[in-house]
Amino acid sequence: MLRYIFEPGFFGSGPVHVALAVGTVIAITSAVVGVFTVTRGQSFAGHALADIGTTGGSGAFLIGVNQFWGYLAFGAGAAAIMELIGIQRRRGRDVATGVVLGAGLGLAALFLYLGTQYSSTTGASFTLLFGSMFVITSSTVPILITSALLALATVVVLARVLLLSSLSPDIAAARGVPVRAVGAAYLMALAVSVALSAVIIGAVLSTALLIGPAATALRVTKGPVRAMLVAAGLGVAATWLGIVLAYDSFYWPPARRGWPVSFFVVTLIVGCYLVTYLRPRRDRQDVAREAPDTEQVCSPA
Amino acid sequence: MFSGLMLNTWIAATAVAVIAGVTGFFAVLRGSTFAAHAIPNGAFAGAAGASLLGLNAFVGLAVFSVAGALGIAGLSRRSRPDVATALTFVMMLGIGALFVSWSTEYAQEAYSLLFGEVFGVAAGEVLPIVVLGATSIVAIIVMFRPLMLSSAMPEVAEARGISTRRMELAFLLVMALATSMTVPVVGALLMFSLMIGPAAAARSLTARPILAMTLSVAIALITVWIGIAVSYQSNWPLGFFVGALGAAFYLFSRAYAAARRRLATRSLSPAA
Repeated sequence: MLRYIFEPGFFGSGPVHVALAVGTVIAITSAVVGVFTVTRGQSFAGHALADIGTTGGSGAFLIGVNQFWGYLAFGAGAAAIMELIGIQRRRGRDVATGVVLGAGLGLAALFLYLGTQYSSTTGASFTLLFGSMFVITSSTVPILITSALLALATVVVLARVLLLSSLSPDIAAARGVPVRAVGAAYLMALAVSVALSAVIIGAVLSTALLIGPAATALRVTKGPVRAMLVAAGLGVAATWLGIVLAYDSFYWPPARRGWPVSFFVVTLIVGCYLVTYLRPRRDRQDVAREAPDTEQVCSPA
Repeated sequence: MFSGLMLNTWIAATAVAVIAGVTGFFAVLRGSTFAAHAIPNGAFAGAAGASLLGLNAFVGLAVFSVAGALGIAGLSRRSRPDVATALTFVMMLGIGALFVSWSTEYAQEAYSLLFGEVFGVAAGEVLPIVVLGATSIVAIIVMFRPLMLSSAMPEVAEARGISTRRMELAFLLVMALATSMTVPVVGALLMFSLMIGPAAAARSLTARPILAMTLSVAIALITVWIGIAVSYQSNWPLGFFVGALGAAFYLFSRAYAAARRRLATRSLSPAA
């Protein structure tokens, strides 16, 4: 029975081990950070930072610095600029994000152009979007896991003040919480976690893991801690299942080269989210008075 | 610089800048900048699918950008718009990744879809762009008043019987229409920067809608014209110049607006 689910050699394959380990760390970090991203309505910033981080990677590659510093510098820099020009209202913030992303993608075009002038890497633009989970070198794993855990720790430590300042900035400010500084620290943590995961699993999957599990969890649970746990569980489950399916799909038609991991993980995550739509509307309105939809409650006006 | 093939480039780029300036103004006003990023980029999956089936890339782009608009509008009915956009976007790109893994010779084409091939516009591509641009601008002009009202004051619009949801869908569809034709020419990236930068700059310069929209088109035109000229001379990609100029215009007009506000308060304070 098990042989039908796991293709022979699944547990013995080195790349699979690394992919599983790294995928798990990224899925957990993304899910926990994502709960705040969704609550604060910063999905766009989360996605933009993933794109911009990869740009930094190609820039670092150009000047011959370790790519890791490129990701980090660009992610953190973009987060700082967004914070500086960002306005309090959500619309203004999305515009600020858009302008920074536009400039960042312009730089990406330049870096790719300069890069392909000297070495023919036609797939570069491709990695930018999709990444590849099975090509992680084991030497980058420790540094990746350390930074992911650092971002996770920042968010967990800040969780209480962050939640308060996300839900009602005014009350938080009245209680002496430095709302702006907390927001900036959170954006930095988001930048680090997202830029790193974008490098490994691509901007697409990074956004999916950040937003999908968290949004699903916020729809079905009450309370932030439970939402974080459910989101982490969903993220890890989708990642593992995605890797298993991608490994199994090696002999699937039409190309017989394997279907991409990102397709499976994204489909699973979006599927999970759509399942929450199946709850009949009437029920939700009945309970609305005592237990309103968490996602609505969590939205700061 | 103005001869032969380059003439097509200038015409196509001018048409694209006008479309981007008009649709971008509403994208910025409505706060749907994420959708403006998601629809052009996600439509790229459609082009991958079309090349797999041996169809014209335009068909794939049109199908996927319309599907993206419907997906965003549909999911937004019962969830937060940014979450709806993010999930629709990743789903489209996930399908795109699948299509690409099936086909063999797609990676090179991906670069041009993302970053555009402005300097290789064929004569046959110019007319569709101009026609499509005119169509989407006419569509925007036709629904200008209700769209404006539902963007600026959704509650008032609802009270007057304008469905916000329907306006959102209509606007996203116009954006999808504009996107599907412009992406093969200028690339998803350029289309996005051209929609956001100039419109955001125009909006911080003036609050009057018609003036802001005109300014947005003007800035988009200046950006793209300077971009093409410099890009032609330096051989660097146009996307870089458009992105950089858009951001520069935005920062400049934010600084200008802030300076003007400070001046206004200073001149008011002695009187008060």
